[in-house]
Amino acid sequence: MRRIISILLENEPGALSRVIGLFSQRGYNIETLNVAPTEDVTLSRLTLTTTGDDKTMEQITKQLNKLLDVVKLVDLSEGAHIERDLMLIKVRATGVVRDEIKRTTDIFRGQIVDVGPNTYTIQLTGTGEKLDSFVAAMAEADILEVVRSGVAGISRGEKVLRL
Amino acid sequence: MFVIDFLRGWLPVFTGIRFRAVYLALGGGVASQVPGQVPCSATSTQNLNGYDEGYASGVYVNGRDIVELLSGGEMIAKALEDEGVEFLFGYPGGAVLHIYDALFKTSKVPHVLVRHEQAATHAADGYARATGKPGVVLVTSGPGATNAITGIATAYMDSIPMVVLSGQVATHLIGEDAFQETDMVGISRPIVKHSFMVRHAQDIPAIIRKAFHIATTGRPGPVVIDIPKDCTRPDAKFEYHYPETVKLRSYTPAQRGHTGQIRKAAKLLLSAKRPIIYAGGGVILGESSDLLTTLARQLNYPVTNTLMGLGAYPATDRQFLGMLGMHGFYEANMAMHHSDVILAVGARFDDRVTNTVSRFCPGAKIIHIDIDPTSISKTVAADIPIVGPVQSVLQDLLETIGALQEKDAQQPDAAALGRWWEQIEEWRGKHGLWTGRRYGHSDQIMPQQVIESLYRATGGDAYVTSDVGQHQMFAAQYYKFDKPRRWINSGGLGTMGFGLPSAMGVKLAFPDMEVACVTGEGSIQMNIQELSTCKQYNTPIKIINLRNNALGMVKQWQDMQYEGRYAMSTYEDSLPDFIKLVEAYGHVGMQVTRLEDLDKCMEEAFAMKDRLVFLDIWVDPMEHVYPMHIAPNGAMKDMWLSKNERT
Ligand SMILES: Cc1cc2nc3c(=O)[nH]c(=O)nc-3n(C[C@H](O)[C@H](O)[C@H](O)COP(=O)(O)OP(=O)(O)OC[C@H]3O[C@@H](n4cnc5c(N)ncnc54)[C@H](O)[C@@H]3O)c2cc1C
Ligand SMILES: Cc1ncc(C[n+]2csc(CCOP(=O)(O)OP(=O)(O)O)c2C)c(N)n1
Ligand SMILES: [Mg+2]
Repeated sequence: MRRIISILLENEPGALSRVIGLFSQRGYNIETLNVAPTEDVTLSRLTLTTTGDDKTMEQITKQLNKLLDVVKLVDLSEGAHIERDLMLIKVRATGVVRDEIKRTTDIFRGQIVDVGPNTYTIQLTGTGEKLDSFVAAMAEADILEVVRSGVAGISRGEKVLRL
Repeated sequence: MFVIDFLRGWLPVFTGIRFRAVYLALGGGVASQVPGQVPCSATSTQNLNGYDEGYASGVYVNGRDIVELLSGGEMIAKALEDEGVEFLFGYPGGAVLHIYDALFKTSKVPHVLVRHEQAATHAADGYARATGKPGVVLVTSGPGATNAITGIATAYMDSIPMVVLSGQVATHLIGEDAFQETDMVGISRPIVKHSFMVRHAQDIPAIIRKAFHIATTGRPGPVVIDIPKDCTRPDAKFEYHYPETVKLRSYTPAQRGHTGQIRKAAKLLLSAKRPIIYAGGGVILGESSDLLTTLARQLNYPVTNTLMGLGAYPATDRQFLGMLGMHGFYEANMAMHHSDVILAVGARFDDRVTNTVSRFCPGAKIIHIDIDPTSISKTVAADIPIVGPVQSVLQDLLETIGALQEKDAQQPDAAALGRWWEQIEEWRGKHGLWTGRRYGHSDQIMPQQVIESLYRATGGDAYVTSDVGQHQMFAAQYYKFDKPRRWINSGGLGTMGFGLPSAMGVKLAFPDMEVACVTGEGSIQMNIQELSTCKQYNTPIKIINLRNNALGMVKQWQDMQYEGRYAMSTYEDSLPDFIKLVEAYGHVGMQVTRLEDLDKCMEEAFAMKDRLVFLDIWVDPMEHVYPMHIAPNGAMKDMWLSKNERT
């Protein structure tokens, strides 16, 4: 089962490598990983998605909690949450497909953020699933590059992950 | 620099004591720059606003406190003292020379110079296992650090408190493949509880304080502090305060177990018909042997110990069933398999214990007490998990059981328990190592007889360290440890080469106690150079070499699983003359080849109180360790009992 784990991490050198090292050391998957500083300069917020059965997930959260750099952790998939992935996708946009790409982008509520004589760069946010379907919809076009941020997530409502 | 020249002439007037006003004036006008807010990499040509050279020594008065000004190296020396460190095990090299110089000039902590950094870590580890205090190691960068890795991993796997200070190249050289540079924090990451890289010399006291705190609390483990050389330079001095308390917001090991869970556990325990207590290294690490013994006696429940738990419950007690697991006692493994309630205390359901997990103790409900949540339900699911330190949890459990027995008159089912003990005694009588099945006899000395002889010669009260192999299992099976911390071996990593250096560490901690190292001719050669260290520091340990002329444990597996194809498990005629070898190191060597000489030689060796004696005892090379779990797909109860007998 797919899980989204959200972590408040000490903003210290080496902290990230401990988290990632844990996954490779113990044979867990990381599907996506997203890290950035927060409003509190001492903390980074990390969101990762992983898969595993319940037993593996229990170990993953326990092992992560054991790291001294992990200040707090929540499994977002346990409750209502919002997840967003940002994608920048560069496609060859010439001739008739140029219009077609524009239309599909509109349908997905994406934005064309860079226009070249032969290319479009499209920005799209949403769940991983939505981005996947956009990529599938672009199958006809010539995809030059796909860049994704990985999932960032947050709980809905009153539930917050903070100190 | 004008300011410095001015100060040089001025200092003696104050006989080394300076005032904060002067101190700040020296900041070259940068009053906000508190002393020491300088990266390690600043060199004297960049000049640390003057005060690196200006404050070459001494103490100044800050308000009312007298504050010492110390260099990074001196702070390390002082912090180790303030931490109460009794021994520092180490080996010098370029990156740690400032530290060594500071130690030489100021430190009261004795330093033990080993002959290989791996031995420094094992010696510190042995010291830690025997005393319960953290072992402390100092090694240089690069090869010094990498040599320490095996010892750090050994301590990590067995949850041993240790602080390892490793030198690092100067900050400005990091990342340049500088001479003797290695990414120690990176290399050690998977085998440490935590690690620090010093970035500012003034952080050293706080980092050392944190490292000791982390290493010794919760589930203990090794902590590495990597220290770039420039952070220890003698000419940059800083205020030294050793913090009294440590605050780590993301580190709060459990102090008490959950009351509700403990109550459930108490009820389940009292309702058991075929209970067993499975106690591991956590009971020893958590100083709770007495509580465990009280609980077991109060309930009259049988107890088994893991390899790491030996001594947590007195081995000579009737309720003790011996070690469990791969080479565990028949009665212990049978009782585990047929139990209905298992109380697991500070044990981690290791694969050397469980055999095939899916077939593990099918009828048992499991209560699992451990301070580390990751140990619980990692391999075998617990029915009643209790996260907390053994000490407080056992205390609470005892009280809860007492209350249930008194108020609700809940008592263990005496009739069921009687039948259970009858069954256990039957197992014990049939194939028990100490009471039933005996090892086979040949005209040669049997390895088990050597351990029994050692037990007699030391009155069962020695510290016994061991290496890894058959000799380790024989020692675990046949030396009856009645006290915790007496049995010192590498269980989790299974590190050959652990025995001799760890014995050295134990002997330094307890010079008046007998310390024996049970080893094999394979293992002893992995750190034999430490005979020289033993000479230098006068650690008269007794080395019991169970000489079977082979990597016996490997050979046993080759006998059992590879039709006796001894691929690289013998040395042909290449073994050294151990007697000459130990004599060359300045010690005493004795060879024993006949059974009738065994006890006499053993006693003679222990009579030589102030000499290291190496007993080279020739044992039957064909003997195997039994029982042995049948794998793959075997359960706890499936064992080879001898070469041709199985359950
Ligand atoms: C050749 C060889 C053969 C072996 N054969 C066997 C065998 O037959 N039988 C056997 O048992 N082992 C055997 N071992 C050892 C085995 O590999 C493991 O090291 C051992 O079983 C682990 O012991 P343990 O479960 O007591 O855990 P330990 O490694 O001692 O771990 C201690 C546990 O207690 C917890 N803990 C620590 N402090 C506290 C505290 N204060 N409060 C609560 N919990 C705490 C820790 O979190 C941890 O989970 C063998 C090893 C070798 C090298
Ligand atoms: C450093 C290391 N290398 C290899 C092994 C694998 N190993 C386990 S036991 C053993 C043989 C040990 O031989 P010896 O010390 O003579 O002990 P014996 O089994 O003969 O009693 C080996 C090679 C190990 N445990 N540690
Ligand atoms: Mg051998």
